[in-house]
Amino acid sequence: MFFAYFAGMLTVLSVLVVTRRNPVHSVLWMLVLFVHIAGLYLFLNAEFMAAIQIIVYAGAILVLFLFVIMLLDLKKDESVRKFQNQWFLGLVIGLIFMVVLVSTASKITVIPPLGEYSVDAIKSEGSMMTIGKILYTEYLLPFEIASLLLLVAIIGAVVLAKRRIE
Amino acid sequence: MDTGFSISLLDIRPIVPEITMVCAGLILLLLDLVVRKKEVVAFVGIVGAIVALYGTFKLYGLSEPQIAFSNMFILDGYANFFKLIFYLNVIMTIGISVKYMKVEKASYGEYYALLLFSTTGMMIMASAGDLIVLYLGLELMALSTYILAGLLRGQTRSNEAALKYFFLGAFSSAFLLYGIALTYGITGTTNISDIAVSLLTLDIVGNPVTMLGIIFIIVAFGFKIALIPFHMWAPDVYEGAPTSVTAFMSVGPKAAGFAVLGRVLFDAFGVMQVQWVSILIPLAVLTMAGGSIIALAQTNIKRMLAYSSIAHAGYMLLGIIAGTSIGLTSTVNYLMIYLFMNMGAFAIVIMMRREGFQGENIEDYMGLAKDHPLASALMLVFMFSLAGIPPTAGFIGKFYVFMAAIHEGYTYLAIIAVVFSAVSAFFYLRIVVYMYMKDPKESVTLTTSPSLSIVLAVTAMMVLILGIFPSILLNLVRYSILG
Amino acid sequence: MVPLSWYIMLSAVMFSIGVFGFLARRNLIIIFMSIELMLNSVNISLVAFSHYLQSMRGQILVFFVIAVAAAEAAIGLAILIAYYKNNPTIKVDEITGLKG
Repeated sequence: MFFAYFAGMLTVLSVLVVTRRNPVHSVLWMLVLFVHIAGLYLFLNAEFMAAIQIIVYAGAILVLFLFVIMLLDLKKDESVRKFQNQWFLGLVIGLIFMVVLVSTASKITVIPPLGEYSVDAIKSEGSMMTIGKILYTEYLLPFEIASLLLLVAIIGAVVLAKRRIE
Repeated sequence: MDTGFSISLLDIRPIVPEITMVCAGLILLLLDLVVRKKEVVAFVGIVGAIVALYGTFKLYGLSEPQIAFSNMFILDGYANFFKLIFYLNVIMTIGISVKYMKVEKASYGEYYALLLFSTTGMMIMASAGDLIVLYLGLELMALSTYILAGLLRGQTRSNEAALKYFFLGAFSSAFLLYGIALTYGITGTTNISDIAVSLLTLDIVGNPVTMLGIIFIIVAFGFKIALIPFHMWAPDVYEGAPTSVTAFMSVGPKAAGFAVLGRVLFDAFGVMQVQWVSILIPLAVLTMAGGSIIALAQTNIKRMLAYSSIAHAGYMLLGIIAGTSIGLTSTVNYLMIYLFMNMGAFAIVIMMRREGFQGENIEDYMGLAKDHPLASALMLVFMFSLAGIPPTAGFIGKFYVFMAAIHEGYTYLAIIAVVFSAVSAFFYLRIVVYMYMKDPKESVTLTTSPSLSIVLAVTAMMVLILGIFPSILLNLVRYSILG
Repeated sequence: MVPLSWYIMLSAVMFSIGVFGFLARRNLIIIFMSIELMLNSVNISLVAFSHYLQSMRGQILVFFVIAVAAAEAAIGLAILIAYYKNNPTIKVDEITGLKG
């Protein structure tokens, strides 16, 4: 079924992203990964999130990555080593994480009482309307803080990376 | 499309201090365009912080903890006292920065604005009633500080500091988010008080998922507070960043981290105290030990102070391990004292920096007493306080934390702490010995400025006064936390 | 309907792969992308929880995580550029100006 496809693809793509020699290839595999994640969100009845994922993550952040990679003009990895000296330790730690997390996750069931945003409730208004309503009323404070965060990001990018005038 | 939800203007009052800080930061950014002399910008920054402090002070007297914005923002004595620490932190940092940033040729207006924004992030963290707000406040503080660490763009080590801080910080943020996600999944909410309710009503205390959530959150904050073994970034970042930023970083994010730990562990996961205490104990021991021992080998004073900072976080953790409000009080008390003695020490380090001379090597302090008796005397006070020698405030801070630990049955931890405190005295007093008993290698001129002198005077006074009359501060902390 | 635990296991697998990438690669850009992978895995688990618990909190948090990730990417890449201008390398083990 569809979940199997997505799960398999996401796993394979994640491995591809972290193991490519050329960073541009990694970015491109990440793009495919994001599109699949958006697809998964569609299955979870989160259409707005799927759209945002594509627009912001794939459309803005990855483009930024590509810009920087091109700007830094990396020669196609002159060195032969692409992994660090202690990559085996990283692999071991990663595997330990995987075992611990997956075994814990496999026991998860829905325990808390269900909220009121059932699939039908969201479908009746549309995902975007539901999020919009609560974003500007209940979650107003985090929203404003997030806007400040973006301002700080702009300041940072300018202060750190602009060409020196002196 | 009637939402049936309205926000009345009254709800804005609790966040007026944060709004003030943000507005001040924005004003600074604009001011930077029109004003030549950056001292004006710095001064306006301090004014802004003082106005916000006044705002918090007016809100202090409220006996009832207020919650605002759908239970996402808590305004109680605990949060307000931490905000006091943050205000003092930023005001004193601005005070010691003005001349220093001129010497480093990095006197940007953005520097002061970022200090204010970072402080806003810390204030939000202290007042967070919900994990979402907590995360956003944390990121606000962290992102501003990453930029501040890398502000000396011409120096490779500043770039490297920002790089290491950023990557390890982003890594720990991912861990925090995973912990938040697991907690959300198992309790159904991200609100701190609701999590406590869920843990009591649903049968999830024994669930491995809950435990994993707590572990991830503690690990993430372990990175932020630089507990061992998550401390790898701290020495490099402390050394490479501009010294005034190091001073800011050594107090602010640490205090904010402890504010959050106190809130999350005591309020949200209060039922699971046995579990998280068992995680914190080995971390505390490692941190006290590692910080004290590795500091012995350092030759750069900023790195030494970094490890000293790490060790102090270990001592502060004992108050949280004690698990009672008395323990929490002692940790908060320690944090305020730590603010003064650390800021004072860094102020002296900044004075050593002048054009063409870094002054960061411990050997540069040799014979300082001959040429600059006052500065050496002040440094002596701060070193004694960091080592925890009476009658300085540093001793008081440690004393109360150890008493809280012993009171709850953790005597062995207090003994370990005392042992490593004695070990640490060696590298603190080494500076004093160098200053007074060695001959100067070359004559050193100090860069002073009026604002720096004021900060030095205030910190030295507070370190001595709080050492002799500790109850002034302790009662204030007790009143704030216990109400 | 797919059981909730499957989504969380998928998220766990992706997170672990991200951790591996962070610890094992030399290229800073790839390390950065591993962090983004980790954040995305958390997003997946949040949206899954949100769906199965019939609550919107998870999706709202994902909204903010994406915003923060964008801000982080901007600053992180700016820091990288600033470093690169002084020292044209982005291999982690070659960044050893500050000892230890």
